[in-house]
Amino acid sequence: MSHTSYIKRPNRPLQFYAALFLIVLYVPVLFLPLFSFNDSVYVRFPLKGFTFQWYVELMDREPVWAALRNSIQVGIATSVFATGLGMFAAKAITRYRIPGKGPLVGFIMLPLVVPGIIFGVALLVLLSRMGISLSLYTVTIGHVIVCLPFAIATMIPRFEGFDPAIEEASADLGENAWWTFWRVTFPMVFPGVLASLLLTFTVSFDEFIMAFFLTGTDPTLPMYIWAQLRFPKEFPSILALASIILVVSFVLVFLGQWINRDAHAAASKK
Amino acid sequence: MTQNDAFISIRNVNKFFGKFQAIADVSIDIQHGEFFSLLGSSGCGKTTLLRMLAGFESPTSGEIYIDGQPMSDVPPHHRPVNMVFQSYAIFPHLNVRDNIAYGLRKQKLARAKRYEMVDEMLELIKLPDYGDRKANELSGGQRQRIALARSLILRPKVLLLDEPLGALDKQLREQMQLELRALQKTVGITFVFVTHDQEEALTLSDRIAVMAQGRDLQVDTPTRLYENPVNRDVASFIGTMNFFDGTVSAINDGIAKVDAVGLGEVRAGNVPSGLRPGQSVCLAVRPEKLTVSENAPEAGSNARGLLENAAYLGERSHYYVRVDGVSQPVAVSAQNRQRADGKAEDKRPVWLSWDENAFVVLEDG
Repeated sequence: MSHTSYIKRPNRPLQFYAALFLIVLYVPVLFLPLFSFNDSVYVRFPLKGFTFQWYVELMDREPVWAALRNSIQVGIATSVFATGLGMFAAKAITRYRIPGKGPLVGFIMLPLVVPGIIFGVALLVLLSRMGISLSLYTVTIGHVIVCLPFAIATMIPRFEGFDPAIEEASADLGENAWWTFWRVTFPMVFPGVLASLLLTFTVSFDEFIMAFFLTGTDPTLPMYIWAQLRFPKEFPSILALASIILVVSFVLVFLGQWINRDAHAAASKK
Repeated sequence: MTQNDAFISIRNVNKFFGKFQAIADVSIDIQHGEFFSLLGSSGCGKTTLLRMLAGFESPTSGEIYIDGQPMSDVPPHHRPVNMVFQSYAIFPHLNVRDNIAYGLRKQKLARAKRYEMVDEMLELIKLPDYGDRKANELSGGQRQRIALARSLILRPKVLLLDEPLGALDKQLREQMQLELRALQKTVGITFVFVTHDQEEALTLSDRIAVMAQGRDLQVDTPTRLYENPVNRDVASFIGTMNFFDGTVSAINDGIAKVDAVGLGEVRAGNVPSGLRPGQSVCLAVRPEKLTVSENAPEAGSNARGLLENAAYLGERSHYYVRVDGVSQPVAVSAQNRQRADGKAEDKRPVWLSWDENAFVVLEDG
């Protein structure tokens, strides 16, 4: 129909641009899984043959499992702390009239844009000055800082999405602040909390720069990968490991978004 | 203790939000078991006053007493009042039964006892068998009833209602008005009801406080508010009112003789105590207290005018009559007791007439 308005008409150049954008973004990443199934030590075309060999090899390596355990521990601790802190920050940002709220929120979100290397070096200097030796605990501290903005940004729409009168109603019906939180606020923001846990776990699990500066003797998985890059023979196994991380990360983030899917709809309905 | 035996006593309460004064020196006494309404247009401070009764706002100065106790240091969750919110604030993650039972946690009842009380409430609000429904499966009217039940199950001394019928369509609203009034009679709890709908306030209330710009203009029964408003603001907020300027010529037995512009000598009631002969005053008369006729009335007070406009509304007609010396056309409302022939709308000279007690004097001359 040539008479439809330009607002509804499909835009060919834009569609082309969108397709190109996605290709440039994801095709390089897709080479990892591709070569992880290739029956050759060298990453080069043409592909020689299909194999699970690298995945099987991976399973037999004790250091991989140790690094995985470390990463999971750090990830769980980080996600719990970041989500816990983020929940109260999100509540304060959406509920209370705080003087200088705008700059304050910007300040909290700063780790998103400040280069990790700066935070990493700063924390390293601080911790060594305080005489704290590097360990998985110090990595967790660094990761909480990196993850806090993600947690807050995930949960703010949840808090914005519900009528403040609902909390007032709970107070009116005789519950104090503590019980109102557990009986009303928490159950209502719970999908956001779950999404935040999944997202911050993923961010922590994949994080490299902070870990690079703050890891002691126990490496996290990204640290292990980085250490193995020196050995060309290990490279296909690393590709296999990276592919697994890629898939798991994608699933976790997607799951988190899906759980929290109605938050924005609820917020915009108000 | 308060100086009087009022159940709720609002004493010289002021409330500022920054520099904006939301409540200006309001003092109101509400009796036990009364259906009391706060009536005013939006921004008049009625909701702020209600939220101060609930404890969600605190007065900048002044004190609120409920059942003889000063409330300034009592937080919302310890006050003997419950509120029905404008949005109803039904807990969306709970079903109807758990919504209604929400406030019972502290009473540490057995589950069976708790459910029995909930079932009683569901019976009272005429929604039996709704206990297992989810909150998002309810209509507006049902939510409103659940919000009522959730408050009433705690047997509060006072129930606060913030425009609870505002979100309902006209038919449902009228039905809920009747039910609300009947419910209040059944449970015998003091109701404080906020509304901007004057008809709703007149229908439901024992007494009404008319509010504007943070002040209580007049606190009175619906009849007295309508028939004897103290000033122009109250008179024009509730129903329609015609105003005339005049000069007092004599006062005796609470009736003032006033020389009114365009009407001649008029007798008016509701005379303020300070009024003296010679003072200029404002007179008011309701449209239905006036009669329009084509021929000069045989007896009674009357005045000449020109029929300017007429509106036929079925059960009644509205006439607008131009009277010399009066800036606004005089509104007259008449029952259509005869079948109309469609000729009433024509422009022509007419007579206005009225009964002895039709006019009242307003305070702010």
